[in-house]
Order: sequence, then C-alpha cells, then structure tokens
Amino acid sequence: MSVLVYTENWDGKFKKVSFELISYASKVAEMLNTDVAALSIGNVANDELQKLGGYGASKILSVENDNAKVFDAQNYTGIIAQVAEKIGAKVIIIANNNTGKAVAPRLSVKLKAALGASVSKLPLSVSPFTIYKRSFSGSAFSDVELKTDIKIITLAQNSFELIETANNATIEKVDINVDAPKTEVIDVQKQTGKLLLTDAEIVVSGGRGMKSPDNWGPLVELAEVLGGATACSRPVSDEGWRSHEEHTGQTGKIIAPNLYIAVGISGATQHIAGVSGSKYIVAINNDKSAPIFEVAQYGIVGDAQKILPQLVEAAKQVKGK
Amino acid sequence: MKILVCISNVPDTTTKVKFTDGDTKLDTAGIQWVINPWDELSLTRALEIKDDASSGVKSVTVAHVGPVTAEPTIRKALAIGADSAIRVNAEPSDAYFVAAQLAEVVKQEQFDIIMCGIESSDYNGSMVGSMLAEMLNIPSISAVSNLKVENEKPIVTREIDGGKEVVSTSTPFVAIVQKGIAKEPRIAAMRGIMMARSKPIKLYEPVAVDALTSYKKFELPEARPACKFVDAENAKDLIALLQSETKLI
Ligand SMILES: Cc1cc2nc3c(=O)[nH]c(=O)nc-3n(C[C@H](O)[C@H](O)[C@H](O)COP(=O)(O)OP(=O)(O)OC[C@H]3O[C@@H](n4cnc5c(N)ncnc54)[C@H](O)[C@@H]3O)c2cc1C
Ligand SMILES: Nc1ncnc2c1ncn2[C@@H]1O[C@H](COP(=O)(O)O)[C@@H](O)[C@H]1O
Repeated sequence: MSVLVYTENWDGKFKKVSFELISYASKVAEMLNTDVAALSIGNVANDELQKLGGYGASKILSVENDNAKVFDAQNYTGIIAQVAEKIGAKVIIIANNNTGKAVAPRLSVKLKAALGASVSKLPLSVSPFTIYKRSFSGSAFSDVELKTDIKIITLAQNSFELIETANNATIEKVDINVDAPKTEVIDVQKQTGKLLLTDAEIVVSGGRGMKSPDNWGPLVELAEVLGGATACSRPVSDEGWRSHEEHTGQTGKIIAPNLYIAVGISGATQHIAGVSGSKYIVAINNDKSAPIFEVAQYGIVGDAQKILPQLVEAAKQVKGK
Repeated sequence: MKILVCISNVPDTTTKVKFTDGDTKLDTAGIQWVINPWDELSLTRALEIKDDASSGVKSVTVAHVGPVTAEPTIRKALAIGADSAIRVNAEPSDAYFVAAQLAEVVKQEQFDIIMCGIESSDYNGSMVGSMLAEMLNIPSISAVSNLKVENEKPIVTREIDGGKEVVSTSTPFVAIVQKGIAKEPRIAAMRGIMMARSKPIKLYEPVAVDALTSYKKFELPEARPACKFVDAENAKDLIALLQSETKLI
C-alpha cells in the first residue's frame, strides 16, 4: 500500500504544482502510515525526475511509451490504473487542472474508487476517509466521505505549501502496454514562455470600470512590475477588450493566486466564484458600496485611472525597477 | 447522426445557498432552478450543428437524471429546440450514480456525440462526463471550446495550458464542454414553448448502483476580515502595506 501521485510534466519539466502535489501526498501518507510513489508519463530526464524526491516521494515511477506521447484521457487513465494496481495504491492524488479533471473521473470508474474533486485541505479523517472540498462555486464547502477501498483526490492548485525533505528517492522505469489512442491531435497553437494565469501568484485584473480597452497600459505594467499575470471580468472579454484567456469566474478560469488585485470589478457572485480561493484580495473601485469590498482585505475607493499609475510607481520603487 | 446533451438542474447562479438538517442538506426553499449554464451552451451548439445540413446530425436529445420536479428544466430545453428528452427517474446521489444511469441511456439509444458540461455549478464535481465515457469505454475530450461536425466527422478544439489543440476522434465519444462552445445561450421563442408541450419526455427507471461518496456536512466559507481602506490620495501606501502585511511583494 502506498499513496500514488500522478505528476504531469510540461515539455519534460515539472512545475510548482507537481511539488505541491507531492508535499500534500507526503502528509496524507503520514496519516496512513505509508509512503509516496510518484508517477511520471512521458520523456523526462532523470535529474528532473529526481526533483520529486525533494518533496517526499520515495519512489519515482517513469513510464515512457510512444503511444503516450500525446495526451489522451482514456490512455492515460489506463496507464495510471495499471501502475496503481501494480503498487497496490490505496490513495491516488492528481492535480485539479485540465489534465486531472479529464483523467480522475475515468480512473474512478476504472478502479471503482471514490473521487473527491477540488480538494483544498488535508483529509479531515482517514477512517472514515473524509475530504473537504469546494462546492456551490465557492459559496460553500462540504465534508464528503469517500466510501471505497481505493480513493482518488484532485487537489486544487495553490492550496498547499511546499515542504522540502531529504531526497532519497529511487527511480524506476516501468514498462507497460499502451494501446494507440483513439483521438489524434491535428493542430496545436500554444504560447510558450508566458506565465500562465493559473500558475501566477499575483494577478492584476480589470473589469468594466476600466472604461475602455485603451486604458489597460498601467494595469498591465503593474502586473509586470509585480511579476504577475493579468486577468479580466467576463464583460471585458465578451467586449473583446482583452483576450478570452484572461476571463476569470464561474464560466472562465478558476484561479487561486496569493494576491488578486481587482480593478473596476463590481464583485458579482459569478466573478467571485473564480477568485474566492485567493489568499488576499485587493479591490480598487470608485463605488464604496461595491460588493467586491465584502471579500477584499485591502481596498481603495477612487478612480482607477488616477490610482493605477501611483501603484505602478510605488511598486517600481519597492522592486528597484 | 444523433447528439445527446446531458443537462443538470442547478440553483440559479446568484443564489445565496443555505443549508438545513444540521447543515447536511441544501435548503431548497425559494431556490430558482435553471439548466446548468454549460449545458445550456452545449444545447445551443448542438442545435447550431443540426441546423447546418452538411453536418449529418439529424437529432438532438437531452437527458436528465432527476425526480419529476426537474421537468420544468427539461421542458425549457425542449422549448429551446431539443427534439426529444429522456428523464431517468431517480434522485441523483452522486456523480458515479448519475453517470451509470446515463450510460444505460446511451447503450439503449445509441448516440454518436454525447455532450456534458465541464462542471455543474452546485456540487462542482467535474465528473459525470468523463465517468460516463469510461463506463462506455469510449474516448472523452475535455475542456472543449469548439465542436464542428462535417459529414458526420467531429472536429474538436480543446483548451490546453497556454493554448489550444485541434483533435479528431472516432465516434461515439463524449465532449466535455467549457467556455467558447457557444456565444450566448439560445432563448426559447414563443413557438418553441408551444411546441415543447407536445414533445415527448421518455421515462427510464434507474438501474441499481451504489454511490461511491456521501456528502456529510456543508459549511459556508469563513468570513474574511473586514477590508482595510487606503486613502485614494495616498494610493502608494497600499504597496507598502501589502509588502509589510502580506509579504508577497
Ligand atoms: C450564468 C452567468 C455566468 C457568469 N460568469 C461570469 C464569470 O465567469 N466571470 C465574470 O466576471 N462574470 C460572470 N458573469 C457576469 C457577472 O454577473 C457580472 O455581470 C460581471 O462580473 C460584471 O463585470 P464587471 O465587474 O467588470 O462590470 P460591472 O458590474 O459593470 O462593474 C464595474 C465596476 O467598476 C466600477 N467603476 C466604474 N468606473 C470606475 C472607475 N473610474 N474607477 C474604479 N472603478 C470604477 C463600478 O463601481 C463597478 O463596481 C456571469 C453571469 C451569468 C448570468
Ligand atoms: N443529474 C444529471 N442529469 C444529467 N446530466 C447531468 C446530471 N448531473 C450532471 N450532469 C452532466 O454532467 C456535467 C458535469 O456535472 P458534474 O460532474 O456534476 O460537475 C453537467 O454539465 C451535465 O452535462
């Protein structure tokens, strides 16, 4: 018995979310008195694989197979299931990102294992196995019992601190059968090298209160100076002021940065649904009764166009830029 | 070719949720129920595809697993334009249970494209579509932001980190849709509402399946501490405050 973590790679590299998963898994393993095995699918160099050991994985299993070069939910499910059976995993932990959402429910059926999705804390208890998850689009949380012998958890991004440990992990190449996928990727359009909104720890976001697509300069500059990413409310992306990639909220991206700065955003429930996991929310709005101030810890009541340049200047000073 | 759109019935997105029975159940008093926003968009896209004769799609059916009280939601889907509807007469106990019911429906009726939303706005499972695909042992494509069908051949666009991919697949398959699949939900016109009254809602009795999970308790999020205001004239102070108190800058 052990805890199995699926650690996705991006062009052969792991990201902070991979290490968050392992850190989380180590704590779950402690509760169950067992150890952590990490599974990597695809071509990843040994020195990169070894990094997973630095957060508590004692075994790193690596599957390289030509039929697994591109992501196919059905195939990846098959691989994870085979590895889970091989090592007798009782708990399987996966990121609650695009990949995790596509694979975890399939795996739940394949292994007849209960799934707790979008979990943001350690299990409340391991017997009965009870997890704590987001529900009603962030306006409530719930305690859910996972009633099967094997359990699957998808962990919400940025909800667990990294914990570094001594690295004694062993790497094992696992040879398993993978069928040719039934889906085929015929075109890819991808920006590389840009900080992804879902990975950013600081996000500066604008709403309709920015008034026009021409006013975005200082907002983008503030994000740049702070090393963060930019986001927007739905009407802003619907109007084409900003790209759809930036739309946050219930019907857009769900993010959980450490710092979310909302500028000219009223704070509608559907918007908050996408950002309520942020550690700190800052609001800048000229209407002091705007609902965004009910969820913000810091606020300025005033005109965004006057305030943003001052913030940029102050941030530059602090950052020595 | 036949499309199935799976619809869930959820509290209106502006609902302030409350719980009863010692915080173990959703308090449904006064709740306005709607078609899950994603499913409304799926249905819209399915109808757009059917409207284009070159797609080869001949019918759009909606399916819902839920008690008779959900019928207004199903009628609404029929009024928007679905050709027929199926209701599995059961209280949805968890995603696994729902997916198992839908799997039975698909086995009986043989759909080519099955559309599910990326998540329902109530229990936020993001599970049913992928579970259904695994139960049927067919492909699933997640985070679908565009679906086209040309001469019965589906071409799917899915969102990936930092971009998108165009994917082709065999049928039947499950498309798990998200933002982009349709611009605005199609609205039911008067004619549609009239016609919906005579459209069939086929009833299925549930297959016996045990839920894998059970909801024990609900909690409202912890109240955040009151907002600290910085004067607009000294907006700069905000940066210093964030630096000293949050240590993030
Ligand atoms: C099913 C459904 C799903 C939805 N999903 C989403 C979603 O995912 N994401 C989302 O964002 N929305 C979503 N919405 C829309 C949501 O209800 C709100 O309409 C939207 O969030 C409002 O965007 P906003 O705050 O930018 O604009 P507004 O509500 O117009 O707010 C603009 C704010 O800017 C302030 N302001 C004006 N001028 C200035 C100035 N000079 N300086 C500073 N402040 C100023 C105003 O006081 C106001 O508070 C959804 C709606 C529905 C029905
Ligand atoms: N009771 C239900 N009946 C039919 N379809 C459902 C039901 N519940 C969920 N779905 C489908 O599954 C999607 C995702 O729901 P969930 O897995 O609950 O987040 C929804 O958008 C629907 O397409």
